[in-house]
Amino acid sequence: MGSIFNLQQIVNGLQLGSIYALIALGYTMVYGIVRLINFAHGDFYMVGAYAAYGAFYLFNAFVGGGAPTAFIVLILAMAAGGAIATLANQIAYKPLRYKPKMSSLVTALGVSMFLEYFFSAFPLIGANPRGFPDLLPKVIYQVGPAAISNYFIIDVAVAAVLMGGLTILIQRSRLGRAMRAVSQDKDASKLMGINVENIITWTFLIGGMFAGAAGLLAGMTYPRIDPYMGILPGLKAFIAAVLGGIGNVPGAMLGAYIMGLAETFANAWNSLLGAGIAFIILIIVLLVRPTGILGEKLADKI
Amino acid sequence: MGNMKLPRLTIIAVLLYALIQLLSLVGVLNGYFLIIINQSLIFVILTVSLNLINGITGQFSLGHMGFAAVGAYVSGTITTLILKLSPDKLGNYPIFVIAIILGGVFAAVVGLVIGFPSLRLKGDYLAIMTLGFGEIIRIILNNIDYVGGPRGLLGIPKFSNFTIIYVFTFLTVVLLRNLIQSSHGRAMLAVRENEVAAELVGVDTTRYKVLGFVIGAFFSGIGGGLLAHLLQIAHPTQYGFYASALLLVYVYAGGMGSITGSIIAAFALTFLTQFLQLGLDSLTNITGISFGSEWKMVIYAVILILIMLYRTEGLMGMKEAKIVMLEEEKK
Amino acid sequence: MSALLSIKGMSHYFGGLKAVSNFNFDIPEGVIYGLIGPNGSGKTTTFNLITGIYTPTEGKILFEDREVTGLRSYKIVQQGIARTFQNLRIFGDLSVLDNIRIARHFNFKAGLFGSFFRTPGTLKEEKKMREEAMELLAMMHLQNRAHEVAKNLPYGELRRVEIARALATGPKLILLDEPAAGMNPKEVADLMELIRRIRDEFKVTVFLIEHHMKVVMGICEYIKVLDFGETIAEGLPEKVGKDPKVLEAYLGKGGA
Repeated sequence: MGSIFNLQQIVNGLQLGSIYALIALGYTMVYGIVRLINFAHGDFYMVGAYAAYGAFYLFNAFVGGGAPTAFIVLILAMAAGGAIATLANQIAYKPLRYKPKMSSLVTALGVSMFLEYFFSAFPLIGANPRGFPDLLPKVIYQVGPAAISNYFIIDVAVAAVLMGGLTILIQRSRLGRAMRAVSQDKDASKLMGINVENIITWTFLIGGMFAGAAGLLAGMTYPRIDPYMGILPGLKAFIAAVLGGIGNVPGAMLGAYIMGLAETFANAWNSLLGAGIAFIILIIVLLVRPTGILGEKLADKI
Repeated sequence: MGNMKLPRLTIIAVLLYALIQLLSLVGVLNGYFLIIINQSLIFVILTVSLNLINGITGQFSLGHMGFAAVGAYVSGTITTLILKLSPDKLGNYPIFVIAIILGGVFAAVVGLVIGFPSLRLKGDYLAIMTLGFGEIIRIILNNIDYVGGPRGLLGIPKFSNFTIIYVFTFLTVVLLRNLIQSSHGRAMLAVRENEVAAELVGVDTTRYKVLGFVIGAFFSGIGGGLLAHLLQIAHPTQYGFYASALLLVYVYAGGMGSITGSIIAAFALTFLTQFLQLGLDSLTNITGISFGSEWKMVIYAVILILIMLYRTEGLMGMKEAKIVMLEEEKK
Repeated sequence: MSALLSIKGMSHYFGGLKAVSNFNFDIPEGVIYGLIGPNGSGKTTTFNLITGIYTPTEGKILFEDREVTGLRSYKIVQQGIARTFQNLRIFGDLSVLDNIRIARHFNFKAGLFGSFFRTPGTLKEEKKMREEAMELLAMMHLQNRAHEVAKNLPYGELRRVEIARALATGPKLILLDEPAAGMNPKEVADLMELIRRIRDEFKVTVFLIEHHMKVVMGICEYIKVLDFGETIAEGLPEKVGKDPKVLEAYLGKGGA
């Protein structure tokens, strides 16, 4: 059988990690800014996938396939993810912002349930899984023992571009500075004249857009979508964010790739291990270093 | 202890039991209603046991159904796989009761094992730790072929009838009520209110956090066992993160820390789910368009969000109805 | 027994920052001892170290000649040291009576079984606990508030509740952290009276942090002054009040 740590598995792991990274970033940014574990985030990813599906069929009829269509579909998937995230924030999270944390968490669960069951129930969508169309013709390159498809390159490239863009945004732009300020100290930010609610809205928007992009990539790469597809990846991406340090943007990226690789290797070894590895990682992180690899310790003033 | 007045709660419970039995005998309450009542009662047990952990002790457990799973599988294994009991023989019922209690004990042990490392953490971290453990339990059960693996444990004998479920529910409510309104219960409340202050008035907060967890796990195991013997199946997907999240909603809707609230919520939400289904069915019949059962969950989710937005503290908040309170604790 | 509380060479670092430096202290039984100093000088940290919220990086703490360094807070409280907090830490959603009763819980002998099944022994213990708590509330003139939800009480009364709760643990030493904060002159006078009662009637030694100089000079028999974690003066109030180092710490160089 040979070692499980071969090139093919590494490729698969990086591919999976790219998708997890895009989801994890949304989780970590939202947590960093409002200290909320947004359980509905995985469902924004699902909405992105379905939006991409719908967009493809729409555009294919008019414009035909190929790279331009794929690009438009990506934009639309991101828009859908961003839109649903912003909506959820406005309607369900914002009113509970200053109430006890539990109520926000329960509401997030409600939003998650709503999205999943609505997409199941809605006659045009339905609960049955759908096959995702080939946006671009699939080409497979043989690199040594590994079969690498152009989808791998697309997944990693799109993720890299988006992550790079986000990093520049956070480090260099006014919005990014404001986001960092608000996640450090909301009250001080208000006193500095920052419109905190605005920044929160932007954070949800960007996080949702990334989730939408991830949904498209996942639909393309693992071509099956269903309304519940967001539950497990969402959970695992969240664990990845915790692994890297919840609230920490580079941490989410790091954690996601570690998670993608770990899951791929574990699955190759044994399917039981593969199913459970994410949670084992979670337990170990929380026991050994709850703040994650790149996270900081927060002190309590007594 | 001069006059032995029968406690009000017991009297009301007995009367209620008699009423329900009478109504079902006469035919006013049909089998369908009884099923919903049975499920509601089991959810009372599950909700109240989670309320002890989240509402009273103020910890944040997101894996509570994992304990129910342990109870379901342990008791189910005993009655179905090991002893192969039949509910037709009256003599088997005491054995069934013991199996249920054993399920609770195993769940409590699991609670202890999980509790110790988890309860060092606080808030969100505790939540995701318990979530992780709950999922691990589900995955492990999914992979043990002896208890059916992904197919689940099938053919569990139907030992859970109205009387047994009712008695277990009554005992759960009374015992937990007694605990909460005792000095030990107040120690748990102190942990919830202000953990630092509790330590600084001599309360061993670690002990009480773990205790709440273990006792909550025990009763959750009982609930799981009863459920398995009602539905005649135990399946890993019944006890995953989503089920735990749903249970959290029950606790929240009723009011964190209110037993009365949990009882009302368990009944209200279980009945609501059924009524929504009925409504959907008639809508389908009337309009001819097929309204799938997912729609009821959509409505459920919307109602939930509305409760969270407009009555955040839940139905009862932290208050108890007079009936549930102990005599000397009333003002 | 020498001193009730004896601290030897205690230092505490937060990362690289030295919060408390070489703290040496003996408090005899039956005194009212004050701890003063500018903001951030390490006073509350000292209280946190004594009551086990932090474990000192260096040094030893002895209570009644028994070492309590590094013990968990609840054990230290059970040994006989109680405290109140700078920012009140009341059990807000519980009744005032419950706040007091919880402080007596560690003396509660009945076990879980008794609580689950309401055995006669347990019920007797509960009744005793209730009576003791009501008695204490009466001594603090709070008996009318017994069944009110704590968070609804006015600030001044809440401070008294917190002191009552600390006293309910039956301590030999009580640490009061800025008990006069936010009080008007009448409340301050009542507080000073209360602290004297704590020492005389309840027979509890008092160690208190205060900024309110009237309180400090009015009731403290001894004072220790901290600045940047170091002890800069110690002794009788009149002497300490005139010490140039103390004046400099509060008022800065070049002015007095």
